[in-house]
Amino acid sequence: MDEARPLWATPLQFVFACISYAVGLGNVWRFPYLCQMYGGGSFLVPYIIMLAVEGMPLLYLELAVGQRMRQGSIGAWRTISPYLSGVGVASVVVSFFLSMYYNVINAWAFWYLFHSFQDPLPWSVCPLNGNRTGYDEECEKASSTQYFWYRKTLNISPSIQESGAVQWEPALCLILAWLLVYLCILRGTESTGKVVYFTALLPYCVLMIYLVRGLTLHGATNGLAYMFTPKVEQLANPKAWINAATQIFFSLGLGFGSLIAFASYNEPSNDCQKHTVIVSIINSSTSIFASVVTFSIYGFKATFNYESCLNKVILLLTNSFDLEDGFLTVSNLEEVKSYLASAYPSKYSEVFPQIKNCSLESELETAVQGTGLAFIVYTEAIKNMEVSQLWSVLYFFMLLMLGIGSMLGNTAAILTPLTDSKVISSYLPKEAISGLVCLVNCAIGLVFTMEAGNYWFDIFNDYAATLSLLLIVLVETVAVCYLYGLRRFESDLKAMTGHALNWYWKAMWGGVSPLLIISLFVFYLSDYIITGTLQYQAWDASQGQLVTKDYPPYALAITGLLVASSTMCIPLGALGTFIVRHLKRGDTASVA
Amino acid sequence: MLWLLFVLVTAIHADLCQPDAENAFKVRLSLRTALGDKAYAWDTNEEYLFKAMVAFSMRRVPNREATEISHVLLCNVTQRVSFWFVVTDPSRNHTLPAVEVQSAIRMNRNRINNAFFLNDQTLEFLRIPSTLAPPTDPSVPIWIIIFGVVFCIVIVATMLLILSGIRQRRRSASLEFLQISGTRESLTSLGASCLTSCLHGAPTSNL
Repeated sequence: MDEARPLWATPLQFVFACISYAVGLGNVWRFPYLCQMYGGGSFLVPYIIMLAVEGMPLLYLELAVGQRMRQGSIGAWRTISPYLSGVGVASVVVSFFLSMYYNVINAWAFWYLFHSFQDPLPWSVCPLNGNRTGYDEECEKASSTQYFWYRKTLNISPSIQESGAVQWEPALCLILAWLLVYLCILRGTESTGKVVYFTALLPYCVLMIYLVRGLTLHGATNGLAYMFTPKVEQLANPKAWINAATQIFFSLGLGFGSLIAFASYNEPSNDCQKHTVIVSIINSSTSIFASVVTFSIYGFKATFNYESCLNKVILLLTNSFDLEDGFLTVSNLEEVKSYLASAYPSKYSEVFPQIKNCSLESELETAVQGTGLAFIVYTEAIKNMEVSQLWSVLYFFMLLMLGIGSMLGNTAAILTPLTDSKVISSYLPKEAISGLVCLVNCAIGLVFTMEAGNYWFDIFNDYAATLSLLLIVLVETVAVCYLYGLRRFESDLKAMTGHALNWYWKAMWGGVSPLLIISLFVFYLSDYIITGTLQYQAWDASQGQLVTKDYPPYALAITGLLVASSTMCIPLGALGTFIVRHLKRGDTASVA
Repeated sequence: MLWLLFVLVTAIHADLCQPDAENAFKVRLSLRTALGDKAYAWDTNEEYLFKAMVAFSMRRVPNREATEISHVLLCNVTQRVSFWFVVTDPSRNHTLPAVEVQSAIRMNRNRINNAFFLNDQTLEFLRIPSTLAPPTDPSVPIWIIIFGVVFCIVIVATMLLILSGIRQRRRSASLEFLQISGTRESLTSLGASCLTSCLHGAPTSNL
């Protein structure tokens, strides 16, 4: 049992690996959105409460299980109870789905990174139309950043049914992304342990630089004031609490088996309680830090757009009434408008429909999350900064580091059970297993580089992991507390680390956290059932904006299959073990 | 008599150059936007320069080499600064067709802009679209070059790691073999010494 298992060279590598895995793209593009939607500064209250009540206990549980069992997720849960082998398999299946679609984000980050070395940045100008008298029509209707994302990067089709062909440019970037991941996981903890120094620390350097730059941008304070003004009435909104719980849950990456895999390479005497607290606090602080940066950038972008809008109105009025150039300014705009309305009523009423009401609040309120935030909103802000190439390179390099860090955890979750299994590791060396996993994932991931690929990406992003993970972690917590026995686990931990288990952890594991997960699970199920047919946002090239469409039946079937294939592993695993035991007992009985 | 002729001529001219007249174009300048503090005042001298530039553009059109500055008429100058202009033929009775004027201005747009330190956005000819500069397209897109560099580095590093891993494994396998064969030798020599000592009845306590 105790052959030479590869270990982390220092406990610091383990902490960095966990931080690098937990601090991912969600901290940068999901938390600021949630903060904005659910009350700004007051969102921090449910967030911190959920961190203490749900995040830390569950993180400690996974790390402790991994460190105690010293195996990947399949082996660890099988050791706790043979009926739980399905839980480990479910974790591996979910990690497999995640790694399939997550690396596409790294491919897009590579694409933007390579395109940042041009002057002007390709997403800052629209391409010209056929006879060079104006700009491309789709680009005029949308904006140049949206055009570059939807047309040049994704080459998106109008609906999910029209799959189109595989786009070779994103496909090349995807292959490169997988090669890079393979390079990092090639030698197991030996190579991963060194890479995580970079993937954990570099994003913080870039965030610091961006913080300084962001705070000195014109209009940054507007964004910050808007975000941090607490809207206390949101505390009564149950959705705020549910989203806080969900964010903590997914941000820490619980249930994928990556944390168990990382912890299994620890020395048994490692103090994982201390590491739990460190990792979870660093993860949440990074979220808050990243949202300060994001909101100063938002404020800059909103102020820039607001001022452009005002300038357009000024130009319109100056041209229509032949006023002296430079006479109309932002400060006297309102008075002059009322003067013109009274002095030239007929002409003013002609021009009036074209005058847009410019409002800073409405610019700030356009809350965006996900790939839209990272690749459209941020690039729009970057193109207006000085030396935009430098800021662009820094930003996409940071996204790449965050993404690769999370991918290391995902692949570790898949590879550790595979390399632990004696059957597979006797036939193939570690490098070959890693290579095979990367190859299979890359081949399937090419689906996301097709013209309709982004729609499939959204399906995977929204449904592949959410429900299954809640179920997995619920079964994990209940299993450790009631199947394995909390007292037995407590004595195991005491023997292993030398510290007694604090009552707080016991209380959380035994009662509060499972109840919380059950309520989250019930909420999500009822939400899915109530909304009925699922819809998605499709890009309409003729209008230059997103439109809502219904999923076709086969897409719904695939979504259902995604969720079922991971959740069904748990009961099927238990059933399988039960049948095998029954048969064995039947055999021994017949022999006797 | 002369005075009557003058009035007649200006009247005819006034007829030819009017807002929305046939073959007339509106021009709009945004001096303060373009030049800020260095903006010059728009006076009759600037208007003369403008007429000169238009006449110059027309002279470069085949069959219109005889266009003079006096053939270009300006009217309705506002504070904006904006005005209308027409180009008349040598007889001064008819205006030149809009299509000719349009193509002439388009060809020489850059020189007209430069004469006034303005650009396409700040010196606007309404109804005359400007030809936009095409973006410079290098023969090999830049991103592919950078992609190629990063790709090669990653492949080389991967190959190095794999090869060194294989070499390490071979070395440790041969080391193990040496150890095992070494142990076997020492065991056989130990057995032989035991046999001789046993035969001679020597104590084996020092083993």
